[in-house]
Amino acid sequence: MPTQETETQQADDQLITTDIQHAESTRREQPDQTVLEARDLDVFYGEDQALRSVDIEIPEHKVTAIIGPSGCGKSTFLRCINRMNDMIDVCRVQGELTFRSKNVYDEDVDPVALRRKIGQVFQKPNPFPKSIRDNVTYGLEVQGKSATDDDVERALRGAALWDEVKDQLDSSGLDLSGGQQQRLCIARAIAPDPEVILMDEPTSGLDPVAASKIEDLIDELVEDYTVVIVTHNMQQAARISDKTAVFLTGGNLVEFDDTASVFEDPEDDRVEDYITGKFG
Amino acid sequence: MGTETPTQTGAEITGGGAAAGDNAANRRARRILFGCAAITVLTTLAIFFVLLDNAASYFFGAKFTEMTRGASFEQTVTFTEFFTGQRWAPDHARPAHGILPIVFGTLAITVGAAFVAIPIGTATAIYLSEYASPGIRSKLKPMLEILAGIPTIVYGYFAIAFINPVLLSGLAAYVLNPLGNGLLQVGSALPGTMGDSLTSIATSMIGINVGRYSLLSGILVVGIMTIPMVSSISEDAMSAVPDDLRNGAYALGATKFNVSTRIVLPASISGVFASYILAVSRAIGETMAVTLAAGFNANITTNPFDEIMTMTAYMVSMARGTSAVGTVEYQSLFAVGLVLFVMTLVMNLLNDAFKRRFQEEYQ
Amino acid sequence: MSTETETGVEDGNTLFSDIDLSWEHRKNELFRWLLIAASLFGVVMLALLLFDVVTDFYTGLTEFNISLYEFFTQDGSQEETRAGFKGAVIASIMLMIMTAVLAFFVGVGSAIYLEEYAPDSRITRLIEANLANLAGVPSIVYGLLALAAVVNGIGIGPILIAGAVALGLLVMPIIIVSTQEALRAVPDSVRNGSYATGATKWQTIRRVVLPAAIPGIMTGTILALARAIGETAPLIMVGALFVNRTPSGPTDRFSAMPTQIYNWAAQPSEHFIHLAAVGIVVLLSFLFVMNGVAIYIRHRYETEV
Repeated sequence: MPTQETETQQADDQLITTDIQHAESTRREQPDQTVLEARDLDVFYGEDQALRSVDIEIPEHKVTAIIGPSGCGKSTFLRCINRMNDMIDVCRVQGELTFRSKNVYDEDVDPVALRRKIGQVFQKPNPFPKSIRDNVTYGLEVQGKSATDDDVERALRGAALWDEVKDQLDSSGLDLSGGQQQRLCIARAIAPDPEVILMDEPTSGLDPVAASKIEDLIDELVEDYTVVIVTHNMQQAARISDKTAVFLTGGNLVEFDDTASVFEDPEDDRVEDYITGKFG
Repeated sequence: MGTETPTQTGAEITGGGAAAGDNAANRRARRILFGCAAITVLTTLAIFFVLLDNAASYFFGAKFTEMTRGASFEQTVTFTEFFTGQRWAPDHARPAHGILPIVFGTLAITVGAAFVAIPIGTATAIYLSEYASPGIRSKLKPMLEILAGIPTIVYGYFAIAFINPVLLSGLAAYVLNPLGNGLLQVGSALPGTMGDSLTSIATSMIGINVGRYSLLSGILVVGIMTIPMVSSISEDAMSAVPDDLRNGAYALGATKFNVSTRIVLPASISGVFASYILAVSRAIGETMAVTLAAGFNANITTNPFDEIMTMTAYMVSMARGTSAVGTVEYQSLFAVGLVLFVMTLVMNLLNDAFKRRFQEEYQ
Repeated sequence: MSTETETGVEDGNTLFSDIDLSWEHRKNELFRWLLIAASLFGVVMLALLLFDVVTDFYTGLTEFNISLYEFFTQDGSQEETRAGFKGAVIASIMLMIMTAVLAFFVGVGSAIYLEEYAPDSRITRLIEANLANLAGVPSIVYGLLALAAVVNGIGIGPILIAGAVALGLLVMPIIIVSTQEALRAVPDSVRNGSYATGATKWQTIRRVVLPAAIPGIMTGTILALARAIGETAPLIMVGALFVNRTPSGPTDRFSAMPTQIYNWAAQPSEHFIHLAAVGIVVLLSFLFVMNGVAIYIRHRYETEV
């Protein structure tokens, strides 16, 4: 059950501080269990190095935000986790990236199986040109699981979309608004019940109201799933995440800590500059 | 310009200024170019007009243009006979004007070729779009383009010099006939109706004899030549499906098979259908290959080894003869040509509709 | 922070044990091989076709003693041993030139109108839709049009001009579409640069747009002519058959390469069949050269830009 954390810090940015309190207050406090871990992870696109020696431990049932300026490798890191990078011919990965202590780049790991454990929501809403129902059941069906109406309802409720679409399950997913489409994509991702959900700037194309709905949703999702979210929006990271990783240009992970520490007392000067808006 | 007085400059940029001659040239060019574009429309109108006008002489003994000048006319061929008669021999001593046998010939080739080209062309398109490495694609695509660029007369030669005398005759002599003999013995040993039906199947297999022309040869050769149309247009449609959708499916743990069959194919289906219709339309109008492959015998048959005649083959056979203006052979060319034109027109309009739908989905 | 092995619910070896993908991967592999087999079908048929033509060409030269020298220096003949291809080759070349003249200017003109001048009106849309339809009209119908309108309508008879009219109308849509693509490939910044110097639209097109688009237009035109040179049905409709002599000019009767090949291929005699194979090799050589030139122009243009 959520326990109230006592406020100790005095921050100059009132807005961010309140947001952090909100996030911390609703999260249950328990010892962190690492679910994803990168050790000395290098990623290359041909000759270009996109990630440099990244070390990170992502805790279970927490929201981990990954922030940083454009081109810093944050999306690359996300795509490494579920091996969507396999689809890019020139991409090469070195080092270790473990999911529950198993290196996902081991010979015997099947990326198809991996992606059934680790779902993803993309930057641009990408519902399939199918009905809402078929969008939700697609994942279950390709994974060989039977999809019942209950599954559809559960996933759509989980994505806070059920009430809006329950009467139009057979209409096309493309008929929904942008925010609804993105929540449909979240429903699609959680329908097969993965363990981790990766989100790649899921609100960047949405209006503020639709974005805040997704943020509220992430807050609920973390009860059942581990969420790793890439965002370019620092307020968003501060509002919704427990842990924050800051990548800076060149693919370096320069800071990774509890969100509150990162935003209020960053160790690295460059991170402070970035967060206070001096660049990026 | 800079040294001129302001009033002069003002006159220069108004309508009657220095550019007047150039503007007139521009307007003249525009009119001439529009005339060029209008020729394409006139071509269609001319096709329609010529076919209708000359087809009239087949049915009424006089062209429409002749009738307006007072030529006498009387209906010699009824539309009922034309569209429902089952014998086609307009040039015969006892003429028959039922177009069904040659429409059947065209449709039999078209449907059969579709059964060859659609599955193979679609599979090739999926392979090119989803599975093939860039290296393989860069080799396979030019080969399909060569296949598409080979003149139809060469396909006709391939049919008459190889498919029919070597491939199909070999199939009949070394596979179907011996198999029939074997089945005949089994059939005669078996009692009752089962033995009887087996015997009749066996007898028909022994009876297969491939002549100079055959329906199956036409189906195969038209099927082969329409594969590249299906594969290239379908592949274009599949490549137009945004990668977002593929990534969305892969991220759910889908295999390439799932993505190809459940995401890419449905998402590109109207473009894929457009390619099917184009292939069908091409098969309907195909002339040289079917003429040399399937022959000149207008009959309705279910035996793929029989000789048949398509509408186009009929037209070629009439042109080969000494048909001259005013003869029923000559007039029948246009009646058949009109039916052919209308059939392909319908296909082309359908194709256009599917293409437009696809473009609307992914503009 | 790090996972203790004893507290981890799943370790590496059992992590994905609840997911059995062997069937799915087998299905995927099976599908892949099915697709490869289908893709190879077209390639195998192409190989068979070329193999058949080449072996028939070879046996024609060896077993049927077809002399290539005589093949190119003699006209067609009813007698198989005296039949040559000279008249057909010359007729095809003349046909090509006349078709190019007839179709090129009107085709390029239409394309310029549609790309550069045409307003977004109903008439423009009608022309565009009509163009798509024309491209789908069977070639034999163009032959009927030329037969009724030119051969008998104007009354010039089955001469080269009539054949060129049929082929010209046939390839016009191809030339128009490829020219439109070439014009579209010229960036608008080039046009704007010209307008900014005070050029009219026509001056801009003539001096700036057309020179930039000409390699693409030439490529498209050559490919269209390559299509025309192999067309048989329209010429048969026009009446280009059973003529053996070399045409003396555009107003002479003729039989071109494809119609001569058809004439031979339709004969029951083996000798004629092999003459057809030799003729096909000549026809395919023409196509090969034309396509080669088109690819060369396209390639040179691409490397320049």
